[in-house]
Amino acid sequence: MPAESRVPPPTAGKPARRSAPTALAVDHVTLRYATSAGIVTAVEDVSFTIGTGERLALLGPSGCGKSTLLRAVGGFLKPASGEIRLGGLPVKGPGPDRMVVFQEFDQLLPWRTVAGNIAFALRRARGLSRAEAHAVALDWAGRVGLAKFADAYPHTLSGGMKQRVAIARAFAVQPAILLMDEPFAALDALSRRRMQDELLGLCEETGATCLFVTHAIDEALHVGTRVLVLSPHPGRIAAEYEVSEATRRGTAPFGLLEAEIQARLFAGSRGADEGGSDHEDDHV
Amino acid sequence: MSDGTLHLPAAASLRRPLVLGPGARRAVILALLAAGWELYARWLGNSLLLPTFLETLGALWSETLNGELPQRVWASLEVLLTGYAIGIVLAAVITALAVLTRWGESLLSLLTSMFNPLPAIALLPIALLWFGIGSSSLVFVIVHAVLWPLALACHAGFRAVPPTLRMAGRNIGLSGPSYVFALLVPAALPSILSGLRLGWAFAWRTLIAAEMVFGASARSGGLGWFIFTNRAQLETANVFAGLLTVILIGLAVETLVFATLNRVTVRRWGQES
Repeated sequence: MPAESRVPPPTAGKPARRSAPTALAVDHVTLRYATSAGIVTAVEDVSFTIGTGERLALLGPSGCGKSTLLRAVGGFLKPASGEIRLGGLPVKGPGPDRMVVFQEFDQLLPWRTVAGNIAFALRRARGLSRAEAHAVALDWAGRVGLAKFADAYPHTLSGGMKQRVAIARAFAVQPAILLMDEPFAALDALSRRRMQDELLGLCEETGATCLFVTHAIDEALHVGTRVLVLSPHPGRIAAEYEVSEATRRGTAPFGLLEAEIQARLFAGSRGADEGGSDHEDDHV
Repeated sequence: MSDGTLHLPAAASLRRPLVLGPGARRAVILALLAAGWELYARWLGNSLLLPTFLETLGALWSETLNGELPQRVWASLEVLLTGYAIGIVLAAVITALAVLTRWGESLLSLLTSMFNPLPAIALLPIALLWFGIGSSSLVFVIVHAVLWPLALACHAGFRAVPPTLRMAGRNIGLSGPSYVFALLVPAALPSILSGLRLGWAFAWRTLIAAEMVFGASARSGGLGWFIFTNRAQLETANVFAGLLTVILIGLAVETLVFATLNRVTVRRWGQES
Protein backbone atom coordinates (compact mmCIF):
# COMPACT_ATOMS: atom_id res chain seq x y z
CA MET A 1 0.00 0.00 0.00
CA PRO A 2 1.42 3.42 -0.89
CA ALA A 3 2.64 5.38 2.09
CA GLU A 4 0.52 8.44 1.32
CA SER A 5 -2.73 6.49 1.42
CA ARG A 6 -3.49 7.38 5.01
CA VAL A 7 -3.62 11.12 4.94
CA PRO A 8 -4.37 12.84 8.22
CA PRO A 9 -7.92 14.21 8.09
CA PRO A 10 -8.08 17.86 7.11
CA THR A 11 -8.66 20.37 9.86
CA ALA A 12 -12.38 20.60 9.20
CA GLY A 13 -12.95 16.82 9.24
CA LYS A 14 -13.80 15.00 12.43
CA PRO A 15 -11.79 12.00 13.60
CA ALA A 16 -12.66 8.64 12.05
CA ARG A 17 -15.62 6.65 13.34
CA ARG A 18 -13.89 3.32 13.45
CA SER A 19 -16.16 1.75 16.08
CA ALA A 20 -18.79 0.40 13.63
CA PRO A 21 -18.46 -3.30 12.73
CA THR A 22 -17.01 -3.96 9.28
CA ALA A 23 -19.65 -4.56 6.63
CA LEU A 24 -17.38 -4.90 3.61
CA ALA A 25 -13.68 -5.61 3.41
CA VAL A 26 -11.67 -5.19 0.22
CA ASP A 27 -8.39 -6.93 0.92
CA HIS A 28 -5.38 -6.34 -1.37
CA VAL A 29 -7.53 -6.62 -4.45
CA THR A 30 -6.07 -6.47 -7.96
CA LEU A 31 -8.42 -6.47 -10.92
CA ARG A 32 -7.48 -7.23 -14.50
CA TYR A 33 -9.47 -7.66 -17.65
CA ALA A 34 -8.62 -8.68 -21.16
CA THR A 35 -9.05 -6.33 -24.10
CA SER A 36 -8.01 -6.66 -27.73
CA ALA A 37 -4.86 -4.71 -26.84
CA GLY A 38 -3.91 -7.16 -24.08
CA ILE A 39 -4.51 -7.51 -20.39
CA VAL A 40 -5.30 -4.27 -18.57
CA THR A 41 -4.77 -3.85 -14.86
CA ALA A 42 -7.72 -1.76 -13.76
CA VAL A 43 -7.06 -1.77 -10.02
CA GLU A 44 -3.83 -2.60 -8.25
CA ASP A 45 -3.57 -3.84 -4.66
CA VAL A 46 -6.44 -1.84 -3.18
CA SER A 47 -7.53 -2.36 0.41
CA PHE A 48 -10.24 -0.65 2.43
CA THR A 49 -13.12 -1.49 4.72
CA ILE A 50 -16.58 -0.04 5.07
CA GLY A 51 -18.21 -0.01 8.49
CA THR A 52 -21.91 -0.70 8.95
CA GLY A 53 -23.88 2.48 8.33
CA GLU A 54 -20.93 4.16 6.66
CA ARG A 55 -21.10 5.75 3.21
CA LEU A 56 -17.84 5.43 1.36
CA ALA A 57 -17.42 7.54 -1.74
CA LEU A 58 -14.91 6.13 -4.22
CA LEU A 59 -13.65 9.16 -6.11
CA GLY A 60 -11.40 9.26 -9.12
CA PRO A 61 -11.00 10.37 -12.71
CA SER A 62 -12.25 8.15 -15.50
CA GLY A 63 -9.98 5.18 -16.04
CA CYS A 64 -9.03 4.78 -12.38
CA GLY A 65 -10.94 1.50 -12.19
CA LYS A 66 -13.52 2.67 -9.66
CA SER A 67 -16.46 1.20 -11.58
CA THR A 68 -14.53 -2.02 -12.15
CA LEU A 69 -13.91 -2.19 -8.42
CA LEU A 70 -17.61 -1.70 -7.72
CA ARG A 71 -18.47 -4.46 -10.19
CA ALA A 72 -16.04 -6.76 -8.43
CA VAL A 73 -17.76 -6.00 -5.12
CA GLY A 74 -21.04 -6.71 -6.89
CA GLY A 75 -19.67 -10.14 -7.81
CA PHE A 76 -19.68 -9.59 -11.58
CA LEU A 77 -15.89 -9.80 -11.79
CA LYS A 78 -13.39 -12.03 -9.97
CA PRO A 79 -10.31 -10.37 -8.49
CA ALA A 80 -7.02 -11.49 -10.07
CA SER A 81 -5.66 -11.50 -6.53
CA GLY A 82 -6.90 -10.51 -3.10
CA GLU A 83 -10.29 -11.04 -1.58
CA ILE A 84 -13.57 -9.17 -1.11
CA ARG A 85 -15.52 -10.11 2.00
CA LEU A 86 -19.06 -9.16 2.90
CA GLY A 87 -19.85 -9.69 6.58
CA GLY A 88 -16.70 -11.79 6.83
CA LEU A 89 -17.64 -14.15 3.97
CA PRO A 90 -15.89 -14.01 0.59
CA VAL A 91 -17.95 -12.66 -2.31
CA LYS A 92 -18.54 -15.49 -4.82
CA GLY A 93 -20.97 -13.97 -7.32
CA PRO A 94 -23.75 -11.45 -7.76
CA GLY A 95 -26.47 -11.41 -5.14
CA PRO A 96 -29.21 -9.24 -3.68
CA ASP A 97 -27.22 -8.67 -0.48
CA ARG A 98 -25.30 -6.14 -2.60
CA MET A 99 -27.90 -4.26 -4.62
CA VAL A 100 -26.35 -2.21 -7.41
CA VAL A 101 -27.69 1.03 -8.87
CA PHE A 102 -26.08 1.46 -12.27
CA GLN A 103 -25.45 4.64 -14.19
CA GLU A 104 -27.30 3.42 -17.28
CA PHE A 105 -31.04 3.92 -17.51
CA ASP A 106 -31.69 0.47 -18.99
CA GLN A 107 -31.28 -1.34 -15.68
CA LEU A 108 -35.07 -1.59 -15.20
CA LEU A 109 -37.10 -4.39 -16.74
CA PRO A 110 -38.99 -2.62 -19.55
CA TRP A 111 -41.85 -5.12 -19.39
CA ARG A 112 -42.63 -4.40 -15.75
CA THR A 113 -44.17 -1.27 -14.29
CA VAL A 114 -42.47 0.88 -11.65
CA ALA A 115 -44.16 -1.06 -8.85
CA GLY A 116 -43.64 -4.28 -10.82
CA ASN A 117 -39.90 -3.74 -11.05
CA ILE A 118 -39.57 -3.18 -7.31
CA ALA A 119 -41.97 -5.99 -6.45
CA PHE A 120 -40.21 -8.48 -8.72
CA ALA A 121 -36.89 -7.79 -7.03
CA LEU A 122 -38.55 -8.22 -3.64
CA ARG A 123 -40.08 -11.55 -4.62
CA ARG A 124 -36.81 -12.86 -6.04
CA ALA A 125 -34.47 -11.45 -3.44
CA ARG A 126 -36.50 -11.53 -0.23
CA GLY A 127 -38.97 -14.27 -1.11
CA LEU A 128 -41.99 -12.09 -0.38
CA SER A 129 -45.40 -13.17 -1.60
CA ARG A 130 -46.93 -11.35 -4.55
CA ALA A 131 -49.24 -9.28 -2.33
CA GLU A 132 -46.58 -8.41 0.25
CA ALA A 133 -44.09 -7.48 -2.46
CA HIS A 134 -46.64 -5.25 -4.15
CA ALA A 135 -47.45 -3.44 -0.90
CA VAL A 136 -43.78 -2.83 -0.09
CA ALA A 137 -43.15 -1.77 -3.69
CA LEU A 138 -45.94 0.82 -3.55
CA ASP A 139 -44.54 2.14 -0.28
CA TRP A 140 -41.09 2.55 -1.84
CA ALA A 141 -42.44 4.09 -5.02
CA GLY A 142 -44.06 6.67 -2.74
CA ARG A 143 -40.87 7.27 -0.79
CA VAL A 144 -39.00 8.24 -3.96
CA GLY A 145 -41.91 10.45 -5.04
CA LEU A 146 -43.28 8.13 -7.71
CA ALA A 147 -46.58 7.12 -6.07
CA LYS A 148 -48.51 8.44 -9.08
CA PHE A 149 -46.28 6.51 -11.48
CA ALA A 150 -46.50 3.13 -9.78
CA ASP A 151 -48.31 1.65 -12.79
CA ALA A 152 -46.21 3.40 -15.44
CA TYR A 153 -43.81 1.49 -17.66
CA PRO A 154 -40.14 2.59 -17.54
CA HIS A 155 -40.08 3.91 -21.11
CA THR A 156 -42.60 6.59 -20.15
CA LEU A 157 -40.35 7.93 -17.37
CA SER A 158 -37.58 10.52 -17.47
CA GLY A 159 -33.98 9.55 -16.73
CA GLY A 160 -34.19 10.89 -13.20
CA MET A 161 -37.38 8.98 -12.52
CA LYS A 162 -35.83 5.76 -13.80
CA GLN A 163 -32.90 6.24 -11.43
CA ARG A 164 -35.37 6.82 -8.60
CA VAL A 165 -37.02 3.50 -9.39
CA ALA A 166 -33.63 1.76 -9.41
CA ILE A 167 -32.78 3.38 -6.07
CA ALA A 168 -36.15 2.42 -4.60
CA ARG A 169 -35.66 -1.15 -5.82
CA ALA A 170 -32.21 -1.31 -4.26
CA PHE A 171 -33.36 0.09 -0.90
CA ALA A 172 -36.52 -2.06 -0.82
CA VAL A 173 -34.48 -5.26 -0.99
CA GLN A 174 -32.64 -4.14 2.18
CA PRO A 175 -29.18 -5.27 1.10
CA ALA A 176 -26.21 -5.50 3.45
CA ILE A 177 -24.61 -2.80 1.32
CA LEU A 178 -25.82 -0.54 -1.48
CA LEU A 179 -23.50 -0.21 -4.47
CA MET A 180 -23.96 2.95 -6.52
CA ASP A 181 -22.10 3.22 -9.81
CA GLU A 182 -22.27 6.93 -10.71
CA PRO A 183 -26.06 6.75 -10.56
CA PHE A 184 -26.54 10.45 -11.30
CA ALA A 185 -23.81 10.93 -13.91
CA ALA A 186 -26.23 10.90 -16.82
CA LEU A 187 -28.64 13.40 -15.25
CA ASP A 188 -28.81 17.15 -15.72
CA ALA A 189 -27.19 19.29 -13.02
CA LEU A 190 -30.44 20.30 -11.32
CA SER A 191 -31.81 16.77 -11.07
CA ARG A 192 -28.43 15.57 -9.89
CA ARG A 193 -28.42 17.98 -6.94
CA ARG A 194 -31.95 17.04 -5.96
CA MET A 195 -31.31 13.31 -6.29
CA GLN A 196 -28.15 13.57 -4.16
CA ASP A 197 -30.19 15.19 -1.39
CA GLU A 198 -32.95 12.62 -1.71
CA LEU A 199 -30.45 9.76 -1.61
CA LEU A 200 -28.80 11.28 1.43
CA GLY A 201 -32.22 11.51 3.11
CA LEU A 202 -32.99 7.85 2.40
CA CYS A 203 -29.55 6.74 3.60
CA GLU A 204 -29.85 8.64 6.85
CA GLU A 205 -33.40 7.43 7.38
CA THR A 206 -32.55 3.76 6.84
CA GLY A 207 -28.97 3.81 8.13
CA ALA A 208 -27.92 2.06 4.92
CA THR A 209 -24.31 1.09 4.28
CA CYS A 210 -23.22 2.46 0.96
CA LEU A 211 -20.38 2.30 -1.56
CA PHE A 212 -20.77 5.23 -3.91
CA VAL A 213 -18.62 5.57 -7.03
CA THR A 214 -18.31 9.02 -8.59
CA HIS A 215 -15.95 11.25 -10.53
CA ALA A 216 -17.43 14.47 -9.08
CA ILE A 217 -15.61 15.81 -6.03
CA ASP A 218 -18.59 17.76 -4.70
CA GLU A 219 -20.82 14.71 -5.07
CA ALA A 220 -18.34 12.52 -3.18
CA LEU A 221 -18.09 15.05 -0.36
CA HIS A 222 -21.84 15.59 -0.24
CA VAL A 223 -22.98 11.97 -0.29
CA GLY A 224 -20.12 10.19 1.47
CA THR A 225 -19.16 10.02 5.13
CA ARG A 226 -15.69 9.08 3.95
CA VAL A 227 -14.00 9.71 0.62
CA LEU A 228 -11.39 7.47 -0.94
CA VAL A 229 -9.46 9.06 -3.80
CA LEU A 230 -8.15 6.68 -6.47
CA SER A 231 -5.32 7.49 -8.85
CA PRO A 232 -5.61 6.12 -12.38
CA HIS A 233 -3.75 3.55 -14.52
CA PRO A 234 -3.93 1.32 -12.58
CA GLY A 235 -6.27 2.42 -9.81
CA ARG A 236 -4.61 2.79 -6.42
CA ILE A 237 -5.71 4.54 -3.27
CA ALA A 238 -4.15 8.00 -3.30
CA ALA A 239 -5.83 9.60 -0.31
CA GLU A 240 -8.59 9.28 2.20
CA TYR A 241 -10.76 11.98 3.76
CA GLU A 242 -13.33 11.99 6.52
CA VAL A 243 -16.42 14.05 5.87
CA SER A 244 -18.69 15.40 8.58
CA GLU A 245 -21.53 17.82 9.11
CA ALA A 246 -18.96 20.62 9.29
CA THR A 247 -17.88 19.92 5.70
CA ARG A 248 -21.35 19.68 4.15
CA ARG A 249 -22.01 21.43 0.88
CA GLY A 250 -22.22 25.21 1.18
CA THR A 251 -19.83 25.53 4.12
CA ALA A 252 -16.40 27.09 3.85
CA PRO A 253 -14.57 23.88 4.88
CA PHE A 254 -16.39 22.08 2.04
CA GLY A 255 -14.79 24.43 -0.47
CA LEU A 256 -11.37 24.04 1.11
CA LEU A 257 -11.62 20.27 1.07
CA GLU A 258 -12.85 20.29 -2.50
CA ALA A 259 -9.88 22.41 -3.59
CA GLU A 260 -7.48 20.17 -1.74
CA ILE A 261 -8.84 17.01 -3.36
CA GLN A 262 -8.80 18.72 -6.73
CA ALA A 263 -5.13 19.52 -6.29
CA ARG A 264 -4.39 15.97 -5.14
CA LEU A 265 -6.29 14.43 -8.04
CA PHE A 266 -4.24 16.37 -10.54
CA ALA A 267 -0.97 15.69 -8.74
CA GLY A 268 -1.98 12.05 -8.25
CA SER A 269 -2.88 11.46 -11.86
CA ARG A 270 0.42 12.85 -13.09
CA GLY A 271 2.38 10.70 -10.66
CA ALA A 272 0.35 7.60 -11.41
CA ASP A 273 0.74 7.96 -15.14
CA GLU A 274 4.50 7.65 -14.78
CA GLY A 275 4.30 4.84 -12.26
CA GLY A 276 1.45 3.15 -14.10
CA SER A 277 3.37 2.55 -17.30
CA ASP A 278 6.02 0.58 -15.40
CA HIS A 279 3.36 -1.62 -13.92
CA GLU A 280 1.62 -2.25 -17.15
CA ASP A 281 4.91 -3.53 -18.57
CA ASP A 282 4.96 -6.05 -15.72
CA HIS A 283 1.65 -7.58 -16.71
CA VAL A 284 1.45 -7.42 -20.46
CA MET B 1 -50.20 11.89 -34.13
CA SER B 2 -53.70 12.76 -35.28
CA ASP B 3 -54.92 12.63 -31.67
CA GLY B 4 -54.30 16.35 -31.39
CA THR B 5 -56.74 17.14 -34.16
CA LEU B 6 -59.36 14.75 -32.82
CA HIS B 7 -59.54 16.57 -29.51
CA LEU B 8 -60.07 19.99 -31.08
CA PRO B 9 -63.50 21.61 -30.74
CA ALA B 10 -65.99 20.55 -33.41
CA ALA B 11 -65.99 23.96 -35.12
CA ALA B 12 -62.24 23.86 -35.62
CA SER B 13 -62.16 20.31 -36.93
CA LEU B 14 -64.95 21.02 -39.46
CA ARG B 15 -62.78 23.46 -41.32
CA ARG B 16 -59.91 21.00 -41.48
CA PRO B 17 -59.42 18.61 -44.38
CA LEU B 18 -60.78 15.14 -43.74
CA VAL B 19 -58.32 13.21 -41.56
CA LEU B 20 -58.71 9.44 -41.70
CA GLY B 21 -57.29 6.89 -39.31
CA PRO B 22 -54.91 4.21 -40.63
CA GLY B 23 -57.76 1.65 -40.74
CA ALA B 24 -59.94 3.94 -42.82
CA ARG B 25 -57.08 4.76 -45.17
CA ARG B 26 -56.53 1.04 -45.72
CA ALA B 27 -60.21 0.51 -46.44
CA VAL B 28 -60.21 3.31 -49.02
CA ILE B 29 -57.14 1.90 -50.76
CA LEU B 30 -58.65 -1.59 -50.81
CA ALA B 31 -61.90 -0.25 -52.26
CA LEU B 32 -60.00 1.62 -54.98
CA LEU B 33 -57.99 -1.49 -55.88
CA ALA B 34 -61.16 -3.59 -56.06
CA ALA B 35 -62.89 -0.96 -58.22
CA GLY B 36 -59.90 -0.78 -60.55
CA TRP B 37 -59.85 -4.56 -60.85
CA GLU B 38 -63.60 -4.68 -61.57
CA LEU B 39 -63.43 -1.96 -64.24
CA TYR B 40 -60.37 -3.40 -65.98
CA ALA B 41 -61.82 -6.94 -66.01
CA ARG B 42 -65.12 -5.66 -67.45
CA TRP B 43 -63.27 -3.69 -70.12
CA LEU B 44 -61.13 -6.78 -70.94
CA GLY B 45 -64.25 -8.96 -71.07
CA ASN B 46 -62.38 -12.26 -70.86
CA SER B 47 -63.25 -14.15 -67.69
CA LEU B 48 -60.88 -16.99 -68.63
CA LEU B 49 -57.93 -14.62 -68.28
CA LEU B 50 -59.24 -12.28 -65.63
CA PRO B 51 -62.59 -12.71 -63.91
CA THR B 52 -64.13 -9.56 -62.46
CA PHE B 53 -63.90 -8.77 -58.75
CA LEU B 54 -67.58 -9.57 -58.27
CA GLU B 55 -67.27 -12.89 -60.10
CA THR B 56 -64.35 -13.77 -57.84
CA LEU B 57 -66.36 -12.87 -54.77
CA GLY B 58 -69.20 -15.03 -56.10
CA ALA B 59 -66.84 -17.96 -56.61
CA LEU B 60 -65.41 -17.43 -53.14
CA TRP B 61 -68.91 -17.44 -51.70
CA SER B 62 -70.12 -20.55 -53.53
CA GLU B 63 -66.92 -22.52 -52.92
CA THR B 64 -67.18 -21.62 -49.25
CA LEU B 65 -70.82 -22.66 -49.08
CA ASN B 66 -70.28 -26.01 -50.80
CA GLY B 67 -67.56 -26.78 -48.26
CA GLU B 68 -64.76 -27.19 -50.80
CA LEU B 69 -62.76 -24.12 -49.84
CA PRO B 70 -63.01 -24.49 -46.03
CA GLN B 71 -61.84 -28.08 -46.35
CA ARG B 72 -58.83 -27.00 -48.44
CA VAL B 73 -58.04 -24.21 -46.02
CA TRP B 74 -58.19 -26.58 -43.10
CA ALA B 75 -55.93 -29.10 -44.89
CA SER B 76 -53.37 -26.35 -45.53
CA LEU B 77 -53.56 -24.88 -42.03
CA GLU B 78 -53.15 -28.30 -40.43
CA VAL B 79 -49.90 -28.91 -42.28
CA LEU B 80 -48.80 -25.33 -41.77
CA LEU B 81 -49.36 -25.29 -38.02
CA THR B 82 -47.60 -28.65 -37.60
CA GLY B 83 -44.56 -27.44 -39.51
CA TYR B 84 -44.61 -24.06 -37.76
CA ALA B 85 -44.76 -25.65 -34.32
CA ILE B 86 -41.91 -28.08 -35.08
CA GLY B 87 -39.90 -25.20 -36.54
CA ILE B 88 -40.39 -23.14 -33.36
CA VAL B 89 -39.30 -26.01 -31.10
CA LEU B 90 -36.18 -26.68 -33.18
CA ALA B 91 -35.36 -22.96 -33.34
CA ALA B 92 -35.67 -22.79 -29.55
CA VAL B 93 -33.28 -25.73 -29.14
CA ILE B 94 -30.70 -24.33 -31.57
CA THR B 95 -30.93 -20.84 -30.08
CA ALA B 96 -30.51 -22.25 -26.57
CA LEU B 97 -27.39 -24.11 -27.72
CA ALA B 98 -26.08 -20.97 -29.39
CA VAL B 99 -26.69 -18.84 -26.31
CA LEU B 100 -25.17 -21.38 -23.91
CA THR B 101 -22.09 -22.61 -25.79
CA ARG B 102 -19.53 -21.31 -28.25
CA TRP B 103 -19.87 -24.44 -30.34
CA GLY B 104 -23.61 -23.91 -30.50
CA GLU B 105 -23.06 -20.34 -31.61
CA SER B 106 -20.75 -21.44 -34.42
CA LEU B 107 -23.21 -24.17 -35.37
CA LEU B 108 -26.08 -21.69 -35.59
CA SER B 109 -24.20 -19.10 -37.60
CA LEU B 110 -22.84 -21.72 -39.99
CA LEU B 111 -26.16 -23.50 -40.50
CA THR B 112 -28.11 -20.28 -40.95
CA SER B 113 -25.63 -18.90 -43.44
CA MET B 114 -25.84 -22.18 -45.35
CA PHE B 115 -29.56 -22.82 -45.24
CA ASN B 116 -31.13 -19.37 -44.97
CA PRO B 117 -30.43 -18.49 -48.62
CA LEU B 118 -31.67 -21.91 -49.78
CA PRO B 119 -35.33 -21.63 -50.82
CA ALA B 120 -37.38 -24.19 -48.96
CA ILE B 121 -39.08 -25.24 -52.16
CA ALA B 122 -35.72 -26.37 -53.54
CA LEU B 123 -35.69 -29.08 -50.87
CA LEU B 124 -38.98 -30.50 -52.05
CA PRO B 125 -37.45 -33.13 -54.40
CA ILE B 126 -35.34 -34.41 -51.50
CA ALA B 127 -38.35 -34.33 -49.21
CA LEU B 128 -40.37 -36.34 -51.74
CA LEU B 129 -37.55 -38.84 -51.98
CA TRP B 130 -37.30 -39.24 -48.23
CA PHE B 131 -40.89 -38.93 -47.09
CA GLY B 132 -42.87 -39.68 -50.23
CA ILE B 133 -45.87 -37.75 -51.40
CA GLY B 134 -47.89 -36.61 -48.42
CA SER B 135 -48.04 -34.14 -45.64
CA SER B 136 -44.68 -35.24 -44.13
CA SER B 137 -42.84 -33.77 -47.10
CA LEU B 138 -44.77 -30.54 -46.77
CA VAL B 139 -44.04 -30.35 -43.05
CA PHE B 140 -40.35 -30.91 -43.82
CA VAL B 141 -40.08 -27.97 -46.19
CA ILE B 142 -42.13 -25.75 -43.87
CA VAL B 143 -39.83 -26.56 -40.94
CA HIS B 144 -36.92 -25.55 -43.13
CA ALA B 145 -38.68 -22.31 -44.07
CA VAL B 146 -39.40 -21.39 -40.42
CA LEU B 147 -36.38 -22.67 -38.57
CA TRP B 148 -33.50 -20.56 -39.90
CA PRO B 149 -34.99 -17.08 -39.97
CA LEU B 150 -36.57 -17.66 -36.55
CA ALA B 151 -33.36 -19.00 -34.96
CA LEU B 152 -31.41 -16.10 -36.44
CA ALA B 153 -33.87 -13.52 -35.09
CA CYS B 154 -34.00 -15.13 -31.62
CA HIS B 155 -30.23 -15.32 -31.37
CA ALA B 156 -29.86 -11.69 -32.45
CA GLY B 157 -32.47 -10.77 -29.84
CA PHE B 158 -30.66 -12.55 -27.01
CA ARG B 159 -27.35 -11.02 -27.98
CA ALA B 160 -28.85 -7.55 -28.00
CA VAL B 161 -29.98 -7.69 -24.35
CA PRO B 162 -28.10 -4.77 -22.72
CA PRO B 163 -25.29 -5.80 -20.35
CA THR B 164 -26.67 -3.52 -17.63
CA LEU B 165 -30.02 -5.30 -17.76
CA ARG B 166 -28.25 -8.67 -17.56
CA MET B 167 -26.28 -7.52 -14.51
CA ALA B 168 -29.42 -6.07 -12.90
CA GLY B 169 -31.10 -9.45 -13.37
CA ARG B 170 -28.26 -11.44 -11.85
CA ASN B 171 -28.07 -8.85 -9.08
CA ILE B 172 -31.58 -9.63 -7.84
CA GLY B 173 -30.73 -13.33 -7.83
CA LEU B 174 -31.81 -14.59 -11.25
CA SER B 175 -29.76 -17.53 -12.49
CA GLY B 176 -30.17 -20.57 -14.73
CA PRO B 177 -33.73 -21.08 -16.00
CA SER B 178 -35.12 -18.08 -14.10
CA TYR B 179 -32.46 -15.89 -15.72
CA VAL B 180 -33.45 -17.15 -19.16
CA PHE B 181 -37.22 -17.04 -18.78
CA ALA B 182 -37.65 -14.04 -16.48
CA LEU B 183 -35.00 -11.88 -18.11
CA LEU B 184 -33.55 -12.96 -21.46
CA VAL B 185 -36.75 -14.12 -23.15
CA PRO B 186 -38.87 -11.04 -22.34
CA ALA B 187 -35.93 -8.77 -23.12
CA ALA B 188 -35.49 -10.47 -26.52
CA LEU B 189 -39.21 -10.60 -27.22
CA PRO B 190 -39.24 -7.84 -29.87
CA SER B 191 -36.80 -9.86 -31.99
CA ILE B 192 -38.53 -13.16 -31.22
CA LEU B 193 -41.88 -11.73 -32.31
CA SER B 194 -40.51 -10.37 -35.56
CA GLY B 195 -38.83 -13.74 -36.16
CA LEU B 196 -42.16 -15.51 -35.62
CA ARG B 197 -43.81 -13.10 -38.02
CA LEU B 198 -41.17 -13.66 -40.67
CA GLY B 199 -41.30 -17.43 -40.12
CA TRP B 200 -45.05 -17.44 -40.54
CA ALA B 201 -44.87 -15.55 -43.81
CA PHE B 202 -42.13 -17.85 -45.15
CA ALA B 203 -44.04 -20.96 -44.08
CA TRP B 204 -47.26 -19.79 -45.70
CA ARG B 205 -45.58 -18.98 -49.03
CA THR B 206 -43.62 -22.22 -49.03
CA LEU B 207 -46.71 -24.26 -48.32
CA ILE B 208 -48.79 -22.78 -51.13
CA ALA B 209 -45.92 -23.23 -53.57
CA ALA B 210 -45.21 -26.79 -52.43
CA GLU B 211 -48.83 -27.79 -52.64
CA MET B 212 -48.87 -26.84 -56.30
CA VAL B 213 -46.09 -29.30 -57.03
CA PHE B 214 -48.01 -32.25 -55.72
CA GLY B 215 -51.07 -33.11 -53.73
CA ALA B 216 -52.52 -35.06 -56.58
CA SER B 217 -52.33 -38.34 -54.75
CA ALA B 218 -52.80 -36.84 -51.33
CA ARG B 219 -56.59 -36.78 -51.59
CA SER B 220 -56.95 -33.96 -49.13
CA GLY B 221 -54.93 -31.37 -51.03
CA GLY B 222 -54.71 -27.89 -49.59
CA LEU B 223 -55.24 -24.40 -50.91
CA GLY B 224 -52.32 -24.56 -53.32
CA TRP B 225 -53.73 -27.68 -54.85
CA PHE B 226 -57.15 -26.04 -55.06
CA ILE B 227 -55.62 -23.18 -57.05
CA PHE B 228 -53.65 -25.53 -59.26
CA THR B 229 -56.52 -27.89 -60.15
CA ASN B 230 -58.92 -25.01 -60.83
CA ARG B 231 -56.42 -23.49 -63.22
CA ALA B 232 -56.17 -26.82 -65.01
CA GLN B 233 -59.94 -26.85 -65.32
CA LEU B 234 -59.95 -23.21 -66.50
CA GLU B 235 -62.10 -22.21 -63.52
CA THR B 236 -60.27 -18.91 -63.36
CA ALA B 237 -62.74 -17.33 -60.92
CA ASN B 238 -61.99 -20.15 -58.49
CA VAL B 239 -58.25 -19.62 -58.96
CA PHE B 240 -58.71 -16.00 -57.96
CA ALA B 241 -60.97 -17.03 -55.09
CA GLY B 242 -58.17 -19.30 -53.86
CA LEU B 243 -55.59 -16.53 -54.15
CA LEU B 244 -57.90 -14.16 -52.33
CA THR B 245 -58.25 -16.73 -49.55
CA VAL B 246 -54.46 -16.97 -49.22
CA ILE B 247 -54.30 -13.19 -48.88
CA LEU B 248 -57.22 -13.02 -46.44
CA ILE B 249 -55.73 -15.66 -44.15
CA GLY B 250 -52.37 -13.88 -44.23
CA LEU B 251 -54.01 -10.57 -43.36
CA ALA B 252 -56.13 -12.14 -40.61
CA VAL B 253 -53.13 -13.76 -38.91
CA GLU B 254 -51.11 -10.58 -39.25
CA THR B 255 -53.74 -8.25 -37.79
CA LEU B 256 -55.42 -10.57 -35.30
CA VAL B 257 -52.50 -12.60 -33.96
CA PHE B 258 -49.25 -10.72 -34.49
CA ALA B 259 -50.54 -7.16 -34.23
CA THR B 260 -52.35 -8.08 -30.99
CA LEU B 261 -49.30 -9.80 -29.55
CA ASN B 262 -47.25 -6.76 -30.49
CA ARG B 263 -49.71 -4.36 -28.89
CA VAL B 264 -50.01 -6.14 -25.53
CA THR B 265 -46.27 -6.70 -25.22
CA VAL B 266 -43.51 -4.80 -26.93
CA ARG B 267 -45.46 -1.67 -27.85
CA ARG B 268 -46.76 -1.31 -24.29
CA TRP B 269 -43.21 -1.71 -22.99
CA GLY B 270 -41.79 0.82 -25.43
CA GLN B 271 -39.62 -1.90 -26.96
CA GLU B 272 -40.95 -1.77 -30.50
CA SER B 273 -38.08 -1.90 -32.94
